Amino acid sequence: MRVHLAFSIVFGVTTAFAASSPIWLDHSERNPAEPAIVSAEQTDAPAVPSPIHRKKPTRVVVDIEVKEVVAPIAGDATYTFWTFGGHVPGQFIRVREGDTVELHLKNAPDNKMPHNIDLHAVTGPGGGAPRTFTAPGHQSVFTFEATRAGLFVYHCAAAPVGMHIANGMYGLILVEPKEGLPKVDREYYVMQGDFYTAGGYHEKGLQAFDMQKAIDEKPTYVLFNGAEGSLTGKNALHAKVGERVRLYVGNGGPNLVSSFHVIGEIFDRVYREGGTTPEENVQTTLIPAGGAAIVEFTARVPGEYAMVDHSIFRAFNKGAVGTLVVDGAPNPELYSEKSKDSPYFGSAAPAPAPSHDDDRAAAGARVFASTCAACHQAQAQGVPHVFPPLAGSDFLMADKERAIRIVLGGLNGHVTVNGQTFDSAMPSQAHLSDDEIADVLTYVRSSFGNSGDAVAAEEVTAKRAAGTPTVRAQ
Amino acid sequence: MKPLAMILAMTLAATTANAQHDAASETAVVAGGVYRPLFPATPAEKEIAVHAFRMDRTPVTNAEFLVFVGAHPAWRRDRIPPVFAEPTYLAHWSAPDALGQAAPNQPVVNVSWFAARAYCGARGMRLPTEAEWELAASGQTREEIAALYAGPMVLRDVGQSRPNRAGLYDMHGLVWEWVSDFGNAVLAFGSGSDRLRFCGATGASASDATDFAAFQRVAFRSSLRASYVVRSLGFRCAGDV
Repeated sequence: MRVHLAFSIVFGVTTAFAASSPIWLDHSERNPAEPAIVSAEQTDAPAVPSPIHRKKPTRVVVDIEVKEVVAPIAGDATYTFWTFGGHVPGQFIRVREGDTVELHLKNAPDNKMPHNIDLHAVTGPGGGAPRTFTAPGHQSVFTFEATRAGLFVYHCAAAPVGMHIANGMYGLILVEPKEGLPKVDREYYVMQGDFYTAGGYHEKGLQAFDMQKAIDEKPTYVLFNGAEGSLTGKNALHAKVGERVRLYVGNGGPNLVSSFHVIGEIFDRVYREGGTTPEENVQTTLIPAGGAAIVEFTARVPGEYAMVDHSIFRAFNKGAVGTLVVDGAPNPELYSEKSKDSPYFGSAAPAPAPSHDDDRAAAGARVFASTCAACHQAQAQGVPHVFPPLAGSDFLMADKERAIRIVLGGLNGHVTVNGQTFDSAMPSQAHLSDDEIADVLTYVRSSFGNSGDAVAAEEVTAKRAAGTPTVRAQ
Repeated sequence: MKPLAMILAMTLAATTANAQHDAASETAVVAGGVYRPLFPATPAEKEIAVHAFRMDRTPVTNAEFLVFVGAHPAWRRDRIPPVFAEPTYLAHWSAPDALGQAAPNQPVVNVSWFAARAYCGARGMRLPTEAEWELAASGQTREEIAALYAGPMVLRDVGQSRPNRAGLYDMHGLVWEWVSDFGNAVLAFGSGSDRLRFCGATGASASDATDFAAFQRVAFRSSLRASYVVRSLGFRCAGDV
């Protein structure tokens, strides 16, 4: 090294060379009048660096190592990702409006390709790409002022640019406004990208990039955070009921525009395209390729929320799905349990009143299926301790008139059916017509192991005329 | 001025030295033809006529380069001036005059353009031009070539691939290779044009925007300077017929 320095000093020709090239000299040339230097906090997705509380801009050093890595893309399929920092998406960079960013781009020695970085937070031709074009085993330093607040995409722009992006070379840089962003309880980093593999969806083994699929814009995968499953299962995001959640959502592309949606949430606020003025009460927000959005919502109901590209085949068939798990107490006023589930026959439903008993039984079967089976079950066997059986039921068959009154008025209190005690409530079914009640009772009393006579519509009419109070069991 | 004189002497000596051995059997003759550059320098250069030439069948190996360094010790890693090579020049060798763990029949990497040029000169040859190299490397489909570029770099012995139609081995998928006119500005220590340094919009000016493998080679070359050494960059020599 001493020999090298001697040469550098002696030669005019080498001096010119040195002035135009060696990055390792930059630190020694720093102007002491420049503001203090801090290292940016950088995080791998889905983590986000802490909010910045500095009151003044400063000089921030961002250090990124480009690594070409083989990693799983889905199931047993692997892919050669080109990455900013070892993962897709690249590390989240958080700086403050007005900061001077000193960006060190290092191209790992074992990489095959030259790379660079174009940050959409940069004002200047190429967004920094021509200043950071770097061969493997080399590094570049480039400085820019983050003049505008917002959430910005960065990506590699080395030729062929689409391939570098398709291989995963993108990430987000947040330029936090001077006044900061409103405080929230959780912040996460999600970035979508489309991938083009030679093999089909879930085809095993190391998958090569498919140039033609990329040109045709027909991705094999559409993924959040660079791999199927990177935001589901044990990798799901978490929040608690009552917490405010902020997602920094980017879209690297290279081709597709994202219709970003969280199933079961309405965004309180969306900073559309990462800009300054938020919109409120948004269902789905469009995120362009090479764009980003900040979305905020409040977790109110516990459960699992799917994050999707609502161009929904991408979620169902190409991997674009993540999960947010919300823990906490249920909120039935906002979101109830399922209160009813019963068959529905649409316009093909039951026919006009039948004229004799067999027809009555057939019509009764339809009424039974649509009205009774949800509780008493399809074979009328009931549910132990909850819903009494009608099949072979001593209670039902003991008193035809009581059966009519129960259907009309409902039943409350203890009943003993075939030796088993039940204590629940059956609602009145008085909305059924007299014919329908006659039909269903005729059907039940002559089916499921029961053997009883038919119930006539007139019998029901008489009971209804006498009033339909809830039957109180003894 | 004494060191400058030494550099000039090294360069001249290397260029004018007699061929060390008869390379005829190690080279193949590549038929002349037309090369269409991805980015023509001028409209007149959309097609470049290439005369027949000969070219090494395989990339230069560690063992071959060790012989060269022994015969021309000015190119040892402990003696080469920094203007001719970065500090990691031949860093994969165990010593300036020993390979150590570096496999003798693997392509030599971590060599600068200056050193590669000197090696070929010592054999009475030269580096191929970009047009020659590209013509010699053609004949496989772009999909085949792109597949060879996929995946991480793995060094192996030269000559393991199937020969291409010119009888050359390892043109794609083993190492990148120096050409004499990489970046078209070698005397200024190499610097690709800005349009190649950020290629977001340059597809429109390319002769074939779908040949991604060619883009990768051109982008790689344009990232280099003549003193650079890279773990995946070697070379082979060419000569007139």
